[in-house]
Amino acid sequence: MRKDKVFKIVLLLSGFLIVALLSGIFLSLVFSSIPSIKEFGINFLFSKDWDPINNKFGAFPFLIGTLLTSVISLLISIPFSLSISIFLSEILKNKLISNIFQTFVELIAGIPSVIVGLWGLFILAPFMRTLQSKLGIQPIGVGIFTASIILSIMIIPYSASIGKEVISMVPIEVKEGAISLGATEFETLKSVTLPFSFNGIFAGFLLSFGRAFGETMAVTMVIGNANKIPESIFSAGQTMASLIANEFTEATTKLYTSSLIEIGLILFIVSILINILGRLIIRRFSF
Amino acid sequence: MNEKTIKRRIFNNKLYKIFVFLFSFLSIIPLFLIIYFVLIRGLKYVNLKFIFSMPKPMGEIGGGIFNAIVGSFIIVGVAALIAIPIGIIVGIFLSEYKEKKYTEIVKILVDTLQGIPSIVIGIIAYLWIVKPLKQFSAISGSIALSFIMLPLVIKSTEEVLNLIPIEIKEAAYAMGVPYHRIVLKILLPSGSVGILTGTLIGISRILGETAPLLFTAFGNQFLNLNLLKPMSTIPYLIYVYATSPYKDWHNQAFAASTILIIIVLSINLFGRFMEKKWKM
Repeated sequence: MRKDKVFKIVLLLSGFLIVALLSGIFLSLVFSSIPSIKEFGINFLFSKDWDPINNKFGAFPFLIGTLLTSVISLLISIPFSLSISIFLSEILKNKLISNIFQTFVELIAGIPSVIVGLWGLFILAPFMRTLQSKLGIQPIGVGIFTASIILSIMIIPYSASIGKEVISMVPIEVKEGAISLGATEFETLKSVTLPFSFNGIFAGFLLSFGRAFGETMAVTMVIGNANKIPESIFSAGQTMASLIANEFTEATTKLYTSSLIEIGLILFIVSILINILGRLIIRRFSF
Repeated sequence: MNEKTIKRRIFNNKLYKIFVFLFSFLSIIPLFLIIYFVLIRGLKYVNLKFIFSMPKPMGEIGGGIFNAIVGSFIIVGVAALIAIPIGIIVGIFLSEYKEKKYTEIVKILVDTLQGIPSIVIGIIAYLWIVKPLKQFSAISGSIALSFIMLPLVIKSTEEVLNLIPIEIKEAAYAMGVPYHRIVLKILLPSGSVGILTGTLIGISRILGETAPLLFTAFGNQFLNLNLLKPMSTIPYLIYVYATSPYKDWHNQAFAASTILIIIVLSINLFGRFMEKKWKM
């Protein structure tokens, strides 16, 4: 019986390990950000100077870059991921074809982000360049918009699979009620299924937004890496994640490293809030 | 209801189906575009010499990626060795202590861990290991990757253990088997497929991770087997080569991507195939 006791203690401690790990991550980030927090305070978020030579750091351009890319990519992804969710749960009745299709969707999420970035840099960016010169915009190819397209490709599988789950959970009786009243499939979807699963679908979008927010490699390769506030959605920019990827190993002074870590801390806090909120909504939905 | 409105409603219904159909198919096109272009530009450079030779100095034509292939296997292998046992134990904990409030919190934290951007994980491994040791090292990369793999192993272990009927456990209890043996000798073997699934999907995920390695494992032009020294990996090499100004390195980036995408997607597909077997 002593072995049983030890075993139970190990199990309980393993749970504590996760608590310790996350608290450790948070505390380390906060602790290492202190020099930067002390120096710049709240102004760090609103200052647009990122000037390593004069030791002046402000995160505003990267906050804007991150918000722009993740919001645009979310907007692009919505019609696609919603369509997949509906297609898989309501329209495709053949189980085999539905499985194959879903596997394709999930494989997109399985492609390493550096390869998506490589494709973006050498295939999509030249294509965007031609498109931009036809539209009369300065043809740089890379930039905020190209990064958003890449991101939307990468986040579609997440919101699509969550959307499919929650739409499949809508009780069949509710839908049958609408159909027996003479509603078409579209009307059933619009007035019964979607309102019923709205919270879950919203959570899916929220979580995929969180993904886009923190995605690094693919964005770093196609965003153009310009440390300024983008003038338009076609100009080059920088996100918080791509800034860290580009400059962390080059950071020479303590304040420089600390500022980059503070940006990491912001990424951490935002992604944690998004994740907890999203999971709570989904969990309430599935009960 | 007149005929006109009925016709319009039927028309709308058709329009909705066409829209859903079209957008669904459009969204998987990038998968094929990416695979197609990577293969078309990379496959012709992939040969035994490319796999088994070392890189040439910067700017020189030719050379292979042997150091990066070896590095990827070592770093991912060590990461898996860390993540699998811990992941299984936490997975058992989550499925065995379902009722506790504390478990609920751990569960949310596991989800949260999965949601942390991988670049932030890289910063953590830098602060915890690279900084104290004062140099980039393969082991710091492995630890970063193990944090990313951990939630995947935990969740699949928990899920598969939850599927095992309570009667099996009760039968073992009735025969007087001690608790730790029930879990280790009865529950875990019955759930091994699920644990394997999580492991495979986790490995396919971290094989392609680059961001957490940028300032941990860093990279190395030479073949290195020492875990305390910087080590190259395939994804890191792809990033460095792709963003370099040399045409030959671009081609090599595509060739390395061809190898990586084939390995990663095969493991991923195999994992999903196993998952379908026990989830239905």
